[in-house]
Order: sequence, then structure tokens, then C-alpha cells
Amino acid sequence: MAPPEITFLEALRQGLWEEMERDESVFILGEDVGLYGGAFKVTDGFAKRFGEARVIDTPISEAAIVGAAAGAAHMGMRPVAEMQFIDFISCAYDMLTNYVATARYRAGLSTPIVVRGPCGGYVRGGPFHSQNPEAAFFHTPGLKIVYPSTARDAKGLIKSSIRDPDPVLYLEHKWLYRRIKEQLPEGEEVLTPIGEARLAREGKDLSIVTYGATVWKSLEAAQLLEKEDQLSVEVLDLRTLLPLDDAAIMRSVQKTNKVLIVHEDTRTGGLAGEITARINEQAFEFLDGPIMRVTAHDVPLPYAPTLEDFVLPQTEDIVKAARWLANY
Amino acid sequence: MNAVPATRPTPAIGTAPATAAGLSRDQALDIYYYLRLTRTLEERLVALYRQTKVIGGLYRSLGQEGESVATAYALERGRNKDILSPLIRNLGSLLVMGAKPVEILRQYMAKANSPTRGREQNVHFNDLEKGYLGQISHLGDMIPVMAGIALTFKLRREPRVGLVYIGDGGTSTGSFHEGLNFAAVQRLPMIIIGEYNHWAYSTPPEKQFAVKDLAEKAKGYGIPAVTVDGNDVFAVYEATKFAAERARRGKGVHFIEVKTYRRKGHAEHDDQHYVPAGEIDRWAAENDPVDRYVARLQEQGMAAPDDLTDIDDRIRVEVDQATDACVDEPLPEGESALPDVYVDPPAADKLWFRTL
Repeated sequence: MAPPEITFLEALRQGLWEEMERDESVFILGEDVGLYGGAFKVTDGFAKRFGEARVIDTPISEAAIVGAAAGAAHMGMRPVAEMQFIDFISCAYDMLTNYVATARYRAGLSTPIVVRGPCGGYVRGGPFHSQNPEAAFFHTPGLKIVYPSTARDAKGLIKSSIRDPDPVLYLEHKWLYRRIKEQLPEGEEVLTPIGEARLAREGKDLSIVTYGATVWKSLEAAQLLEKEDQLSVEVLDLRTLLPLDDAAIMRSVQKTNKVLIVHEDTRTGGLAGEITARINEQAFEFLDGPIMRVTAHDVPLPYAPTLEDFVLPQTEDIVKAARWLANY
Repeated sequence: MNAVPATRPTPAIGTAPATAAGLSRDQALDIYYYLRLTRTLEERLVALYRQTKVIGGLYRSLGQEGESVATAYALERGRNKDILSPLIRNLGSLLVMGAKPVEILRQYMAKANSPTRGREQNVHFNDLEKGYLGQISHLGDMIPVMAGIALTFKLRREPRVGLVYIGDGGTSTGSFHEGLNFAAVQRLPMIIIGEYNHWAYSTPPEKQFAVKDLAEKAKGYGIPAVTVDGNDVFAVYEATKFAAERARRGKGVHFIEVKTYRRKGHAEHDDQHYVPAGEIDRWAAENDPVDRYVARLQEQGMAAPDDLTDIDDRIRVEVDQATDACVDEPLPEGESALPDVYVDPPAADKLWFRTL
């Protein structure tokens, strides 16, 4: 019998649930995560099953949520802190970058926390319910950042993040929550290794390096390019942003010799810049063209559909950019 | 500067209670030992600072040793008992919890052998088994972190208490308020010591907040709060002991404001020109916590002058030995900066230009 098809959100929920069942030191804290089950229902049913002591409704205090998670983690707990929308993680920026990220290095403190929350646009969320905060934390040694794009990795990465001995930011794209479905065998232990990219599509003419929602837009573009232009486009889903999987990126560059980096976050200071620099340092002689970027425009994300659609990278943008690069 | 009244009254020294806070003679002398050790160790650090052996800044707790030692002494100490998080002016608390003078000296001198292997300075280090968690420089952050520790005690039903310090200036931070509120809502076994020491670097309380007492802030979160004379060791000890016992019995968070005075500058480089003339001398002459403690011990017949000079002598030897043990030790090797950002990967990459 075929395994059931589940959504990205359900896969994430299963991963959390399994880890709560497996390890008593895992607990959840955040705003409205308890009996209400979270703004997106990721923790629906958790308080009933695991009790309110392990699924803690907190005040609207992101710094306290992350700080308390850190203190508990020092004592051997495995807290999973939810940001109701990841946009609010900036309220805990100090706690994450100064306190949490440095703890092992400066003081030998173990701080195995996961901070997770819904991120990303394409949902008409406006400036404060659509952000992609990875670049703000990418610059911070001591943190890890994962950003799944498939249901399997949503599950596999939440489980690996909870088990990781260091702090992990887990970014979950809300556009994928209920849009992406996948068959996941019941009873299978899904653990996606942190630090390993996934080859989402093999190709030989051009590589698209991407993550999150734009993995799906890139795959859509690749299909179209194959059909209309007979182009063979490879799509690399980074999955983990910190640390980057340099080896996987370079393997793809060496194979296709042309790279397009696609991300939903804005251009300036976005991850594409760092990825470009690394390719330049490690695979310069393999390049047959400039490394190009498709990203959001450098503006706060606006609300109106016409504005949002303009600002964010669309499948059509990826198609055009890939064509341009293929013809270079 | 004109905002600072020229003559700020020092808190009145209360009349001595009939009992000495339930402390035995041995305990009372033990407290004296930590008070004196704090002061002597800091004097040694000043000497090392002037010899340029201290790498960074030197932060004194002169005038605040009483509340530091007394609050820590009121906790349950030993392996896996209560936990506190000291600030820069709580050297005394750290020593009471079992940190060694040689560790402090190594931290200040950035030795390879220091508890943080030269990565952090002064009192920014920890030993959770002994019961102390070093602060970071971002004031207020330790309040939510200690709330997380106390939350763990609560979740595991362990009869343990977390204690955390905050200065008058630190109570202006967002983390302080978020942490206080979170701890109060969760009824955590936690004590906050609000140190009203009159100066946040050069900023006086009247430029920091519009309330008279820090205790008022805590009351706003439904936290029982008291204000005590922070230079009266017995009063601070009693208040902390009382709060710790209540917190241990599930009565939630307690806030103790200690009124004290920072007699040195923010750090050794600070010439304190902003302090009204005579203020420091007056506190030193009339309201020194160690002098007051010694007077009380002798008044109550708990210590003869010889007992105290014996302790002083012992401390001098101890601090000399600690200094000798580490002053000539090496600094860490540069490349030892790379490991332990994470468990995995075990070390950061050495950059290419260092291998040319």
C-alpha cells in the first residue's frame, strides 16, 4: 500500500511530535503554541498530548523566549522556540547573536536550542509577515541555519535540528506549508543531515543554486527551459544555509560551468553574494560566464499583490535569467 | 552633571538586630573571609593592571562586596545546588560559589589556562555544577537566561533556586522587563537582586528611571519586592535567605533591591569626574560594607580582632600564591582561536592567506 501523502506542515508537525515522544527533555515554548496550537497549527494537539508544562504559552516576549530557551538548554533541556512569524525573530536578535551563538565558544556552554517559525512571502503578508531573515544571522558564527523546501526535509531537518548539540534556526516557508505534499512512509526515521545540500534536479548546461520556496520556482523554470529551449538545468537545493555545503556547490559548478543563484531574500547582503565569492575562490577556472543572481528587489516587501509580485523573483524571471546566462 | 544633587544622602545605617541573621560564628567568619578576599584580590588586580599585566579593563566592586557576598552566601551551595549569574561587580558572589582566585587572575590576564582559554575576560566564565553562570556584556540578557534555568528546576521539580543580578542602569533594558515578566507569569524559583549602586557608568539614577526605588518596577510585574540596605551584610543575607526559602517552596519570583554605592569608576580608566565632590569619601568613611560588618561582628562578640587578622593573613598568602601560580603563564596560541564554535564542525577554517 502506498504511504499517505502529507503536507510540508504535517511533516514538520510529525517531526516535532516524534522528537517530543522520543526525548523528554524536548519542550516547546512560544506565543499561542499551547491549547490554541500555534498561529499555523504546527503544534496543534501537542498541549493535550504532552501537557502544558512541555508546551508553554509565553508572553509576547521574543527575547525572553529565546533567553529562557538558552538557559534551559544549558541545563540539558532541548527547547524548541516558536516565533509566531519569523519576522519577530529580530526582537531576539541580541539574545541569539550575542548570547546564544557565542556561548560554546566563549564559555564552553552547550546551547542546543531550535528557533523555528514561518518565513517568506508570495502570500500577501506585507512587510512584517513575509520576511526571510537568514542573511541577518548568516553572519553569526555559532548559529546554524536550515531552510527545508520539501516535506521530507521539513521533517528530517526539524528532527536533526532538535538533536544537534548547537543552536539551529529552522526557517519554514509558509507558502510551502500546505502547497507541498509528499508521500512519507510511516514509521521511517527521517533525519536529514545538517550541512548537506540536495540535488533537486540533475542537468548539464547550467546550475541554479537556491533554497526555500524558490526551489520550486526554479524547478518549474527548469522544466520550461527543457521543453522550450532544450536546456538541461541543474537545481541544487541548499537545505542548510549555515554551514554552506561548498562541496555540493562546486561539484555542480564544475559540471555545468554556469551558475545562477536564486533567492527570495533581497539582493544586497543576501546569501547569493557569499555563494558567488566562494565559487570565485574555489572554482574560478570552471566558469564559462558570470555568476548571476535572481533575488528580491532591495525594498521592504510591500502588501499589494501587484507590488509583491513585482518585487519578488518569479518563475518567469528565473527563466529569462537562465536563458540570458545560457546564451552568454 | 548639574542634574546630580551636590549632596545625596547616604541611607541611614539601621540599628543592629538582636540576632545576627541566624549565622553561626564560623559562618560569620566565613563571610568575613569572602569579603576580605574580594577586596584583597581586587587590590592585587589593580597592582597587576598598573604593571600592564591585565590585558583589558579592570572593574572594581569596591563598596559592593557586602551585597555580593551576602546574597550568594544565602544560597545552597555545592555540586548541582542553586545557580547564580554574577555581574562585573559581583566578584564576591563568584568567590562564594567556589570560583578560585587563580581563575579570576587568569581571566583578567587572558592566560591560555584561564577558564575560557583567553576567549573571554574577568568574571565572564561559568561552572554550572558549582553554580555560577557568567554574564555577557549586554545588560539584562541574563534575566531571561536565568528564567530558563529556573524553568528547568521547575519542570524537573528540583528544589533549586536561580539568582540573578541587575544594576540600576540594567533595569532600563528590554530583556530585564521581558525576563521579569516571563519569570513572574511562570512563577519560577528565582531571585533578582537589583543593585542600586548610584552609577551606570557616568549616568545617575535620575537620568535612568523616574521611579524612586527599583522595587517599584518589580511590583509592576506582580513580583514581591523589598528594598534593603545593601551595605548591611546581615540585612541582605536575611532578605535573600527568606526569598530563597520561599522560592524553593514554589512561591515564585522575588526581587530584592540593595541600595549600595559604586566607589570606583566604571573601570579603572574612569576618573569619576562626574561624581559630586565628597560623595565617594563620605560613603567610604560612613558606609563601607566591610567596616560595618566587622563592627557588627565585634559588637556581638562573634569575632575577636585576632580572628580577623588571622583571616587577613591567610588571604594575603592565598592571593600571593595564586598570583605566583599564573602571572608568568603564557597567553593562548593564536591558532587556538579556531576550535569550538560548534561541536560539528569542530573548528573554523584557517583562511587561505595564512597558509601561503
